[in-house]
Amino acid sequence: MDLIVCIKRVPQTAEAEVRVDSSGKDIVKDRLTFDMNEADTYALEAAILLKEKFGGTITAISLGVADAEDTLRIALAKGADSAVRIKAEDFGELDGFKTAALLKEVIKDIKFDAIFTGCMATDDSYYQVGPVLAEMLGVPHATLVSKVEVSEEKVRVNRELEGGLIEHLEMSLPAVFAVQTGINEPRYASLIAIRRAAGKEIKILGKEDIPVETKTNSTLEELFVPPVGKRAEILTGSADEVAARTAGIIKEKGLI
Amino acid sequence: MANILAVVEHRQGAVRDITYELLTFGRKLAEKTDGKLTGVLLGHNVDNLTDNLKKHVHRLIVADHDVFKDFNGDVYQQALADIIKKENPFLTLIGNTAFGIDFCPSLATHLGVPFTTDCIDAEIADSGIRVTRQLYDGKMDTHMKLSESPSYMLTMRSGTCPAEEGNLSAEMQKIESPITTQPSYKKFIEYIEAAVGDVDITKADVLVGVGRGIKEQANLSMVEDFAKAIGGVVACSRPIVDANWLPKDRQVGSSGKTVKPKLYIAVGISGAFQHIAGMKNADTIIAINKDSNAPIFNEADYGIVDDLFKVLPALKSKIMELKK
Ligand SMILES: Cc1cc2nc3c(=O)[nH]c(=O)nc-3n(C[C@H](O)[C@H](O)[C@H](O)COP(=O)(O)OP(=O)(O)OC[C@H]3O[C@@H](n4cnc5c(N)ncnc54)[C@H](O)[C@@H]3O)c2cc1C
Ligand SMILES: Nc1ncnc2c1ncn2[C@@H]1O[C@H](COP(=O)(O)O)[C@@H](O)[C@H]1O
Repeated sequence: MDLIVCIKRVPQTAEAEVRVDSSGKDIVKDRLTFDMNEADTYALEAAILLKEKFGGTITAISLGVADAEDTLRIALAKGADSAVRIKAEDFGELDGFKTAALLKEVIKDIKFDAIFTGCMATDDSYYQVGPVLAEMLGVPHATLVSKVEVSEEKVRVNRELEGGLIEHLEMSLPAVFAVQTGINEPRYASLIAIRRAAGKEIKILGKEDIPVETKTNSTLEELFVPPVGKRAEILTGSADEVAARTAGIIKEKGLI
Repeated sequence: MANILAVVEHRQGAVRDITYELLTFGRKLAEKTDGKLTGVLLGHNVDNLTDNLKKHVHRLIVADHDVFKDFNGDVYQQALADIIKKENPFLTLIGNTAFGIDFCPSLATHLGVPFTTDCIDAEIADSGIRVTRQLYDGKMDTHMKLSESPSYMLTMRSGTCPAEEGNLSAEMQKIESPITTQPSYKKFIEYIEAAVGDVDITKADVLVGVGRGIKEQANLSMVEDFAKAIGGVVACSRPIVDANWLPKDRQVGSSGKTVKPKLYIAVGISGAFQHIAGMKNADTIIAINKDSNAPIFNEADYGIVDDLFKVLPALKSKIMELKK
């Protein structure tokens, strides 16, 4: 099976301080660490598992600046056979729609049975790129995918709905699967594999290679810190003092 | 005059809450410009759903066909493409749910309509649409303007626009279903209910919710100990289940359980809206997180900004003292 995985390199913001930069339209990125988007690690693993079962190739594609190549090398180390970076710096403002359009321009020339994306990127939370890419390529898709099981000419697909309910579908290939986190156990790349991947070539495509007009659906006007509604009463002091206050509050509520 | 279309989301015989949020939001937006709100209900044997829906819209379009008996995103996409082409709404509203995101992005792309997803607010501005969205784990908001067009499509995050009582009485328009068979390349087979485990977190008075801040599976025993001391049950955020550290039935949030305990103690949980959706109705929420900017502190009643590995043992011993 020939498989494609779309991978985004994103800043890790869950535990970091996030500030607006001087343009007002982006965040200050110099002190943030970056890594493969969480759902994409599961998308990649899903592709590797299929390749292990059926043979074939995996192409990892990322639209990003030069650093995205580090993330693509991790994909190569884990089991991707080739990697492509589309130079984000060549294409100006992006949104989910334009990202999908650029990915499509590259993917349309590659033979594939399935494309795996994450269900959502944690930086922009679009939930768009997989299904838009599918529509542009003219193939079916499923989002929030929690299982892809391929057998002779039939693919069993589970989607995860609210409350943990599962929607079980049957699909045919080629198709795009936008996968949810937790659907497998993403492997770690071994040191040897990482060293080997360091020498592999990554194909880099820019404006001259993708000479089409792609448009965004939307323009970012400003970024701002979310207004705080109800803010918690923050208990301060030493760990001991805070613990005593908290225990007191819990007792007052009649819970101990 | 902005005419708005809203897609009714229902599953297993019941209209989902997001629908009434969308209809409330859509009606207000439409009425600001003397426009009308039209609801679209695709379903099979859904007459019992229409009475209440009619109170929330100016017009209700209903296509009743067994192809809509269960949800198939592709079937919705084809049917709605047809209806939207005929109706020509200024704006189509869809929930940013497992239902909506399976067809909105591809449907809008198919129609060539500018769209965006997971909006927490939207306004009609300079004859176009401006939305508010959240980025970077809920730590930033953004205003975005959609590219100028006669028609737009948005998905709205659930829980961002409270549903109000409806007082309209819509005319109902039954239409022929634009589609009558499921496509061979994407077929709905069945729904599979979530497995039930040995512990029901929805019944507990005290829940200790643990998140990725716990760092390692081995540290869970500390949380178990703490929960035992306070007479509570351990629940968790999604990454803990993704890592197989706790079973799915312990997960709180939009894709897990909705809980309403007397006390919810969030330990090392950032407070993503998908998690908040499952626990915001707890009577009292205490959050322990070392990041003072974590969104969980916007939802909690009390916050402790510190290392959970310091706070939990200290709190456990204070609770033990008070119990004596
Ligand atoms: C479709 C969909 C459905 C989802 N459904 C759910 C759902 O049902 N439930 C759910 O929970 N999530 C759900 N998610 C995932 C959600 O978006 C978040 O990724 C998740 O809730 C984050 O979990 P977390 O807070 O444990 O981890 P993180 O966001 O990584 O936060 C970890 C927190 O721990 C803190 N921390 C770290 N170390 C310490 C320490 N030593 N002491 C104190 N604090 C510390 C950090 O400051 C940080 O705030 C869903 C996502 C999608 C896309
Ligand atoms: N710049 C990008 N390069 C490669 N893949 C991407 C990019 N942006 C998004 N994707 C893919 O699309 C998925 C969903 O992203 P989004 O629609 O932005 O939430 C991600 O998990 C990736 O698999």
